[in-house]
Amino acid sequence: MLEHMPTRSRLHVPAPPARPGQPPDFSYLQLSPPGAVARPETTASWRDTLPLATGLIRVLDDAHRAVGPWNPRLEAADLQVGLRHMLLTRLFDDRMVRSQRQGKLSFYMKSTGEEAVSVAAGMALQPGDMLFPSYRNQGLQVVRGRPLVELMCQLLSNTHDMCKGRQLPVMYHSAAANLFSISGNLATQFPQAVGWAMAAAIKGEEHVAATWTGEGSSAEADFHHALLFASVYRAPVILNVVNNQWAISTFQGTAGGEQNSFAARGPAYGLPGLRVDGNDFLAVYAATRWAADRARTGGGGTLIELVTYRAGAHSTSDDPSRYRPKNEPEHWPLGDPVERLKQHLIALGEWSDARHSALSEELDAQVVAAWQEAVTHGTMNEGPRLDRDLMFDDVFKELPEHLRRERELLRAELAAAG
Amino acid sequence: MAKMNMIQALNSAMDIAMARDPNVVVLGQDVGFFGGVFRCTDGLQRKYGEHRVIDTPIAEGGIIGAAIGMGVNGLRPVAEVQFADYVYPAYDQIVSELARLRYRSAGDFHAPVTVRMPCGGGIRGGQTHSQSPEVLFAHVCGLKVAMPSNPYDAKGLLIGAIEDDDPVILLEPKRLYNGPFDGDPNKPAVPWSTHAKGEVPTDHYTVPFGRAEIVRAGTQVTIIAYGTMVHVAEAAAQALKLDAEIIDVRSLVPLDVDTLCNSVCKTGRCVIAHEATRFAGFGAELAATVMEHCFWNLEAPIQRVAGWNTPYPHAFEWEYFPGQARVALALKAVMEPK
Repeated sequence: MLEHMPTRSRLHVPAPPARPGQPPDFSYLQLSPPGAVARPETTASWRDTLPLATGLIRVLDDAHRAVGPWNPRLEAADLQVGLRHMLLTRLFDDRMVRSQRQGKLSFYMKSTGEEAVSVAAGMALQPGDMLFPSYRNQGLQVVRGRPLVELMCQLLSNTHDMCKGRQLPVMYHSAAANLFSISGNLATQFPQAVGWAMAAAIKGEEHVAATWTGEGSSAEADFHHALLFASVYRAPVILNVVNNQWAISTFQGTAGGEQNSFAARGPAYGLPGLRVDGNDFLAVYAATRWAADRARTGGGGTLIELVTYRAGAHSTSDDPSRYRPKNEPEHWPLGDPVERLKQHLIALGEWSDARHSALSEELDAQVVAAWQEAVTHGTMNEGPRLDRDLMFDDVFKELPEHLRRERELLRAELAAAG
Repeated sequence: MAKMNMIQALNSAMDIAMARDPNVVVLGQDVGFFGGVFRCTDGLQRKYGEHRVIDTPIAEGGIIGAAIGMGVNGLRPVAEVQFADYVYPAYDQIVSELARLRYRSAGDFHAPVTVRMPCGGGIRGGQTHSQSPEVLFAHVCGLKVAMPSNPYDAKGLLIGAIEDDDPVILLEPKRLYNGPFDGDPNKPAVPWSTHAKGEVPTDHYTVPFGRAEIVRAGTQVTIIAYGTMVHVAEAAAQALKLDAEIIDVRSLVPLDVDTLCNSVCKTGRCVIAHEATRFAGFGAELAATVMEHCFWNLEAPIQRVAGWNTPYPHAFEWEYFPGQARVALALKAVMEPK
């Protein structure tokens, strides 16, 4: 029975717990104590994973210890690498937002507060695994060793842009690093990742595909097609929903998160659904590893919901104080992923504030140096520019006659304009 | 050579492509065990197995999305959309993803997907089984788009499409699956075995994209058509005893501008015929192209023959269909301008 049994139908429009001027309220979040959620074998039936879809897989406790069955027992050196990747991602983001504010970039999207979602998952996967990122997964680029200069040249659409000036900033790709091209249309990569995984299974390869989308775009039909195809064909794929609570101004309830978790959509399709503390590096690593091991051994796909918080704006084009309380980020109950891993390493005796500051300085200097190099290849306003003829390439494999003609027309137009 | 109808020709194309390249896979609704609702994939699953001829859920967006991922991972998927009328749930995957993947990744990624879809009316399909949406694909940069009018071209275009590294949309006029159709539903059906283009090589060959075919050489008027309308146009011109040059466009993208325009410059008169609705139809592009190239040679305004700007009504299929009468009026209009 509903708490207040209605007597007639009434349209329910989900409302976030707080808008600007109201006190932040995350009481809607269902939290499990760290270490409390059981870890089934990777060969378990999806039916035996049901509690994982509504519980919350957590490893790091409030005393910064790793507890419970999901503890991946990583070496301190690996944790330090993870911390380094997350910190680099954050510093890179901060510098790029500043560059956008200074008019040097047209647009940017940062991932602040969500670094573990990409970095821990990326580290849990193998280089041969194919990643189909969303636009807020720059941590995957960092984990896969993409040079910062290369990423920045994409942001600048300059002469060294991997996309030859055809994509908005942050829509990176690297065929060599198995990082798929980011679309900009939402959730389209979901069924593509499943298709990639189906092909891997058809060819008898052991690689898995992993893909990410936001909780907001999980409303797209592509998301549901992906879950269905993953289930039907037992495709070796990891489908990640990054539930960062906000889709621009729309809170997760509008995407369907009010009545049930996003992870719970997995079991509805016969896939395990893991609901994971997305700000807990160890939990994200362990859950991804579980899903990857399961996929690699014929167990098929897994849906992972990463419960996290978008600490910054959606992009440089919106101001979150217009739609959510200014101080909401401070009240997020699952903390900050960088700070939590740092404190864990300190608790292990493998890190210190001094080392952290030193690392931070080193990485920031790396970002600054990379920027200085990237701008030598051109910026939006000055320096070398991409050859305009390139805009007609790659529409088709070979340049067809009608595009050859248009290329001539553009040349003539530019010549006429002087 | 063998006598083949268009279904057998398409089947032969997929069979040959699958035999030659283990990366060719077929997927779609009912394509596997059953062999497709029009039988185009009949026997392929038995021959190549369930991993290469895959029955899918009823989810066109999922089919094309998965096909793109397969293509990125080295396969050459041939996706069947059961009716062109059903393609719209997949439109975003085709337009935003399939068509633009090579461009947006500067050539680092591509998906060599062929999308087959039966199109067109004349089979009592009503408004959801009769559409000709070719212009919705021709308008999208990065897609090759073709519509065969006979078994020979169907096989050659499909093999070419599968082997092509660019994505291809192949629209198959389903009224032509079993025989040529001149637009008169009251005449007994004619099988492809009676038609020269029903003679199809059993081996591998391709029909190149970007090449129109002069179906009938003539001097008085050029009729530019594709799909079912090629046959309707031929019959209409013959009935009027016109020495018409009839051109089968075949490949909408890339478009063989030279063949079309050389003909119109020669004859000075042009009728453009397609089954799809007229407004902003592909005929508008053809008319504009012809006008740009042949304006000073034209003796009369270009005429377009098309379906009405309504959905395809079940009860008035033949009033909707641009049959010989509509083509004849257009021909008379270009031959006797006021």
